[in-house]
Amino acid sequence: MTLSDWITQMLQQSLQPTRLDVIDESEQHRGHGGFREGVQTHIRIHIVSDAFTGKSRLQRHRLVNETLAGAFDRGLHALAIDAKGPGE
Amino acid sequence: MTDARQAIESEIKSNDVVLFMKGTPQFPMCGFSGQVVQILGYLGVPYKGVNVLDDESIRQGIKEYSSWPTIPQLYVKGEFVGGCDITREMFQAGELQQLFVDNGIAVKQTA
Repeated sequence: MTLSDWITQMLQQSLQPTRLDVIDESEQHRGHGGFREGVQTHIRIHIVSDAFTGKSRLQRHRLVNETLAGAFDRGLHALAIDAKGPGE
Repeated sequence: MTDARQAIESEIKSNDVVLFMKGTPQFPMCGFSGQVVQILGYLGVPYKGVNVLDDESIRQGIKEYSSWPTIPQLYVKGEFVGGCDITREMFQAGELQQLFVDNGIAVKQTA
């Protein structure tokens, strides 16, 4: 399973998103310090979930970070997050 | 309390705006840190840049300090504001400017 597959699975289970895009952007960071050949190091997430409704930006990001806490041990270096509630 | 935690608290207590980042405001070493540097520069807000690449204990310590896994991290008046995405979203919504004004920190007037 790739890291983005694992991230997708974790977010699906924990936050029941109505929309979820997990994009591996590692290749765009070739040459940068965090890049490692063959490893998914840079991931961008667009997620829409009821879980974010009424929550601040910090709370939303913390929810995603906590759900994906294990990802940084799996080689993740950078996580870009776009988290919205339905209809935002 | 560890030395790293003391050093972090000292920075965010003695400076109104602190950016823990990779590289320096003059030479950011990471695109995400660079985006926040650009935003703060655009707003003309004085801030202290702390280069976490200079000190591994700060680099790890700052992640634990705010339970936030990534860098950059922006602090205003001792409060954690967010990382690159949150700072950019707040800037685009005008909320970052308001946060500075509310804290008595002058923002450059822009057209």
